[in-house]
Amino acid sequence: MPAPSQRRLIFQHIDEPGYSNDLACYVRNGGYEILKKSVTRKPEEIIDEVKKSGLRGRGGAGFPCGVKWSLVDRKSGKPIYLVVNADESEPGTFKDRYIIHQDPHQLIEGIMISCFANNVKQAYIYIRGEFPIGARILEKAIAEARAANFVGPNILGTHYSCEIYVHRGAGAYICGEETGLIESIEGKRPYPRIKPPYFPAVLGLYQCPTIVNNVETLCHVKHISDMGGEAFSKIGTPNNTGTRILCVSGHVQRPGYYEYEVGKITLGQLLNEVCGGPLPGRTFKGVIPGGSSAKVLRFGEIFTLKNKDGSTRTLTVEDIPMDFDTLAACGTMGGSGGVIVMDDSVNMVDALANLNAFYAHESCGQCTPCREGSLWMKKITARMVHGDARAEDGALLNSVANQIAGRTICAMGEACSWPTMSFVAKFGDEFKAYPETKNAPKSTDALELV
Amino acid sequence: MSQPPAKPDLVTVNIDGKEIAVPKGTNVIEAARLVGVDVPHYCYHPKLAIVGNCRMCLVEMGLPAVDPATKQPVIDPANGKQKINWMPRPQIGCGTNAMAGLHIRTNTPQIKDCREGVMEFLLINHPLDCPICDQAGECKLQEQATGYGRGYSRFIEQKNVKPKRTQLGPRVTLDDERCVLCSRCIRFSKDVAKDDVLGFTDRGSYSTLSCYPGKQLANNYSLNTVDICPVGALTSTDFRFKMRVWFLKQTNSIDTESSVGVNTVVWSREGQIYRITPRRNDEVNDTWIADSARVLYKQVRDDSRLTTIQVNGQPAELDAAISAAAEFLKVGNVAIVGSGRSSVEEQFLTKKIADAIKASTQIVARAAEGDKLLISADRNPNTRGALVTGLISKLPSAQLTELAAAIDAGKVTTVLAINEDLAAAGLSAEQLDKVKIVYVGTQSNPTSAAAQVVVPTHTVFEKNGTFINQQFRLQKSQTAVPGVAGTVNDSVVLTQLLAAVGGNKLASDIATLWNALSAEIKSLAGLSFAAISETGVVLSSTEFASLAFPEGETLHFKPAAKP
Amino acid sequence: MNFKQETLQRIDEVITHYPVKRSATLPLLHLIQEDAGYISDEAIEWVAQKLELQPINVFEVVTFYPMFRRKPIGRRHVKVCRTLSCALMGGYKVCDEFKKEFGVELNEVSADGEVTIEFVECLASCGTAPVVMIDEELHEKVDTAKARALAAKIKSEAKR
Repeated sequence: MPAPSQRRLIFQHIDEPGYSNDLACYVRNGGYEILKKSVTRKPEEIIDEVKKSGLRGRGGAGFPCGVKWSLVDRKSGKPIYLVVNADESEPGTFKDRYIIHQDPHQLIEGIMISCFANNVKQAYIYIRGEFPIGARILEKAIAEARAANFVGPNILGTHYSCEIYVHRGAGAYICGEETGLIESIEGKRPYPRIKPPYFPAVLGLYQCPTIVNNVETLCHVKHISDMGGEAFSKIGTPNNTGTRILCVSGHVQRPGYYEYEVGKITLGQLLNEVCGGPLPGRTFKGVIPGGSSAKVLRFGEIFTLKNKDGSTRTLTVEDIPMDFDTLAACGTMGGSGGVIVMDDSVNMVDALANLNAFYAHESCGQCTPCREGSLWMKKITARMVHGDARAEDGALLNSVANQIAGRTICAMGEACSWPTMSFVAKFGDEFKAYPETKNAPKSTDALELV
Repeated sequence: MSQPPAKPDLVTVNIDGKEIAVPKGTNVIEAARLVGVDVPHYCYHPKLAIVGNCRMCLVEMGLPAVDPATKQPVIDPANGKQKINWMPRPQIGCGTNAMAGLHIRTNTPQIKDCREGVMEFLLINHPLDCPICDQAGECKLQEQATGYGRGYSRFIEQKNVKPKRTQLGPRVTLDDERCVLCSRCIRFSKDVAKDDVLGFTDRGSYSTLSCYPGKQLANNYSLNTVDICPVGALTSTDFRFKMRVWFLKQTNSIDTESSVGVNTVVWSREGQIYRITPRRNDEVNDTWIADSARVLYKQVRDDSRLTTIQVNGQPAELDAAISAAAEFLKVGNVAIVGSGRSSVEEQFLTKKIADAIKASTQIVARAAEGDKLLISADRNPNTRGALVTGLISKLPSAQLTELAAAIDAGKVTTVLAINEDLAAAGLSAEQLDKVKIVYVGTQSNPTSAAAQVVVPTHTVFEKNGTFINQQFRLQKSQTAVPGVAGTVNDSVVLTQLLAAVGGNKLASDIATLWNALSAEIKSLAGLSFAAISETGVVLSSTEFASLAFPEGETLHFKPAAKP
Repeated sequence: MNFKQETLQRIDEVITHYPVKRSATLPLLHLIQEDAGYISDEAIEWVAQKLELQPINVFEVVTFYPMFRRKPIGRRHVKVCRTLSCALMGGYKVCDEFKKEFGVELNEVSADGEVTIEFVECLASCGTAPVVMIDEELHEKVDTAKARALAAKIKSEAKR
């Protein structure tokens, strides 16, 4: 089956010749018309549309956006905040970058519609510190929008006011975790909060009800407000609606970003057709389908899944449609949509060592399992690569990883342990053989990963 | 006086199969304690905010299953009872609060694995310091490793290196390698001591507890961080390397720094005191004590300690001293200066002596600003004891001006001073010379130097006694160490003096004294020393409602509205 | 503290963005680092005073985030990405190339004070790996040849 065409809903104008990130260009292309219509509606209607749309978060968790909005405590009397998660730090992910740099007004319009729907008067865009130009672009865009009465006091002749400020991070992956992000905006060390009781929808920023949404998710809200939730829900596949931007990197001919209806393209179509297959002379070995925290898949694996009627179907890695549910059923996740491909030139122990170093570096250190476990796993794989590997190190790594997942304050526990669990599970042979592999003569252009 | 607590809303929870009714909202660690189940933990502390970061208290949590459509309980066919939906992820006990139907399991293979996991993680970067670490013997890491750890190590990498002997402040030493990053010390300093001076620097496993360079953990509550530190990261510089805690005897006592009456534990071995720590009393001091209260035991072996009974400057036996003192006291025109630092029993006996010889009585006030936490504005621990025993009927002053005048006028010719230095209370050397002085007390001072009879007595650490704090709470203190050689128990001295001046013959042991106390003093009726609970007994104070006590608000104490 | 007038104005303005002053900690640190090049002890105390915080509150935050520097760095800041996708495309060799070109180890200042090289975590441009940020600009598909070219450009710009 040939791959479907992209459906560039969010990325409609990315890389479009002549499209610039200023207000004039955006308005010329129909920008802010949807906001104009949205503010004439009842806010609850817009929330309803988002619920109907089935939109799932595009930051990594895939949590239904309408459900998240409906959990907001609207009875507390406290102001409701909206925080845009523009921290984009999940390795393998590079989509929000383009929205921010090339089409910032789409994000702003999505923010304003979402704020209007939820009676939010103050929104913050938390942008990672490594996007300094992006931060300036956003600030300029907000200023333009404010001047045109799309943002700020009494927008578009209504009594509705909402201000947006940009807040820059400074190099911490954990600020992508919604409560870590909130702590960071509050000016503290970004330690994620324990839930219960600190669910952002109830006790978020400044202990007020807060919505935290990913950049791409908020852009989808704009389109949902335009076409209606039901129409949106028909895009993609049931329970995995809309489009999503898939970011492919690593050992493919044509890495890059591609926007498809969720679930309408398989991993094989994506990598072999759209991305041109493996590099010359190489074969695919492993793929991480949803950002580096997602469990790795080994080419050649077979998955047996249950169908609704009780029958089963088997899938190869190439057969897997890129939707949240199927990927989860195959023991991994859709995550942030970051697809990292590794071919047969890669030693999987080295690859894991690279990732373990990332997670150890990024662990905030608040809770025991992630703090100590992530560094321990890094030390083990580093020792294996640079010192003495033992045949039992794979089993030790797996055991340590299993002591972390499910026992931490935040999902970083899973994020730092799933790579280790899955690399050892899927490529255990390489871990057992590593002591020999390590001592075998290497070619001078061997791939150094750690 | 604190309000009686409102009747709590009770809910029934099930912990490891044991059911118990607890106030709604009680956290699982406390609820489990009530049914004798230990939930190990590090970062949780009953008096500090919940942070849930150590992950040691993970338990399995379940709630009764209810059919979402019919709202009827789902019954488990296997046992006919309501099915419990157990959550697949373990939950922290400290952050889980009791609600109706809560089920908790702590004894499952999963929880055993969780605890072994956390223990292993805490130990992999922990230095092998037990042989030189003060915390040994009272270290939560040791205890929980023994109780819940796997028992062997799988870590063969290099441990993290961090600063090891930082003087965090004048009284606290910090070893960052031992720190398990529970953040109790940070929460305490910020929220209780109101001194936001500690924090974690760097990130991940390299996180390090620090003060801002140039600042110190120097507030007068800094040593509480040592008490609450579950490991040997924060240690007392004074106690460092002095004694292994398993050799120390623990005695419950009361701090005499002020009328707060902080509950303490005095730790001693073979007659030497090594340290004082706070004792938990949720009505008085929670689990805290001021640093300045901890050094009071140093007076026991201080150079100023009186250790020889003297009559007219010469060493004497107790009998001789009592006789000589009685001679002076029977002459008449006696003023008795008692003390707000004496125990209730001593003040009772002092009053009896005063009655027997028709002497005037007074005590000396010690006023200083309260710190709004655990040091009150009345630096006498037992002013109220003097009131309740009738030794005084109005609040004292710091200077004994009336007595000085009376001495100058020749109206007073003998002074019995009980543990108070008259010179510090305003009497001049000339005035001290004009009178005969019997000094009964612990430390040497101008009064004891001028006294004709000196009987050295016991510090609070060397005797049993009760004190009445600012809440009118009667609290008892017990003998921690035997009296230093040459000193005599105050009650022995006072009962003998009483008998010698013609008063009742009373036995000096505290149980017998209490027979008299409970019989003669209305607010002490029905009490005995043994029966006073470890958290004290609040007495009636209506009799003294019109007095303008100097104390302001401190922890667990709000002064009554001014009369 | 000798901040530029513009920096002080922007500091005062950004504080108004938040209902709680402490929230301005990160923006202030960014502004100060842009102005002075790094965060000094004095700056930490200045921020604490400005936001009515204790110095430890600011110190804790500064040491948590790798982007904040406590010491001056080279005039040009080269950040090479080390995370998996870039490593898969040869990022480690690119980093070595830069180190060789400037004769420095990581996180040092080159002898002429011109360059500091950092090996940083994922810069979110994995599709064009290996990527390198030089100051604020992102450079994509940087192989060892391009690394040498970029290094040459930095050197030529330094001479001016």
